[in-house]
Amino acid sequence: MLTATPSRRLLLAAGSAALATGAAGLVVPARAAGLPPTRSMRGGSNNYRPGAPIVSRIGSGGFLMTGTVRRAGDGAPLPGQRIQIWAHTTEGHERDPHSHGATLTDANGVFRMEMPQIVPAFGQAHGHLAFDSEGFETVFLRPVMSSPRDTRLSADFVLQPV
Amino acid sequence: MARTRAILIWAMLTAAVGVPLVVAAQSPLLAWRQPVYIAAGLSGVAALALLLVQPLLAGGYLPGLPPRRGRRVHRAVGVLLIGAVALHIAGLWITSPPDMIDAMTFAAPTAFSHLGVIAMWALSTAGLLALLRPRLSARAWRAGHSTAVGIAVGASAGHALLIDGTMGPLSKATLCLLAVAATGRVLIGLRVWRLVQRRTP
Repeated sequence: MLTATPSRRLLLAAGSAALATGAAGLVVPARAAGLPPTRSMRGGSNNYRPGAPIVSRIGSGGFLMTGTVRRAGDGAPLPGQRIQIWAHTTEGHERDPHSHGATLTDANGVFRMEMPQIVPAFGQAHGHLAFDSEGFETVFLRPVMSSPRDTRLSADFVLQPV
Repeated sequence: MARTRAILIWAMLTAAVGVPLVVAAQSPLLAWRQPVYIAAGLSGVAALALLLVQPLLAGGYLPGLPPRRGRRVHRAVGVLLIGAVALHIAGLWITSPPDMIDAMTFAAPTAFSHLGVIAMWALSTAGLLALLRPRLSARAWRAGHSTAVGIAVGASAGHALLIDGTMGPLSKATLCLLAVAATGRVLIGLRVWRLVQRRTP
């Protein structure tokens, strides 16, 4: 009777190992074909305002939005790309023009934007980011904070050349 | 004894309904919301609280409101409940139209949006059936209203629990649990399945 427990555990371990290998095996061909582009998230474009101005920071800051911008396929970092950011914060609603701002990626394809603390709205503490400039397909992201007390949030773009 | 029991029941109901409202009305999130968004949120909390009151009235569980009188009040509270949900939706629509369009079309990224819309349709169905009741057979009325109400309460509880908003987590969970339990208890107490069962001998 005692052997029943280890054998079940063994079966589960072997089964999950097989599953993991299978899943990893599925990932490999995708990687071989190059870095896939980031898809727009559902609801990402909500309350978007085209042409948000480039600002050194949104409002009085206190919260950090960061991320990277790379090219699909070879994954090369993309410098000088314009990323627009907006959210419901302690200083305004998503729809307010002053809640919106844009920044450019540095030489390493990294962007950083100081903004006011994001607070939960419409059920989740979340931010919005957009890439909608020339040369690559438009992408709208809507990352969610794991806790509303977080003081930073990041989102990465992999852009598909057009 | 009966009087003490009555006072106790009413006190517990007042607390179950009142505490979540008071907690939500003191949420720090309100400082960063416009009045219309605040009103929309609180209407939602009020609607959730009424979901606990409704089955107790329908089942005649509240002291001083036996089934017949209880159901008259149940009808009035039903109108109030639909009004609260209408305010909830209208206020959220004004606050962020694209988020509400996503929710209504089941295109939102959040599961609670889907549950909220399901609850809205189920509640509307329950209310519509109440309006049409004179034209319905007893069987159709019971089966229809009970099913719609069951879906509305279950989906509303899920909707509320998944939201990170102004409600306090403990008072919210308690209210949801009580609403689901009371609805279940009354549906079982009324043996709503019997009329449906008789059809198939």
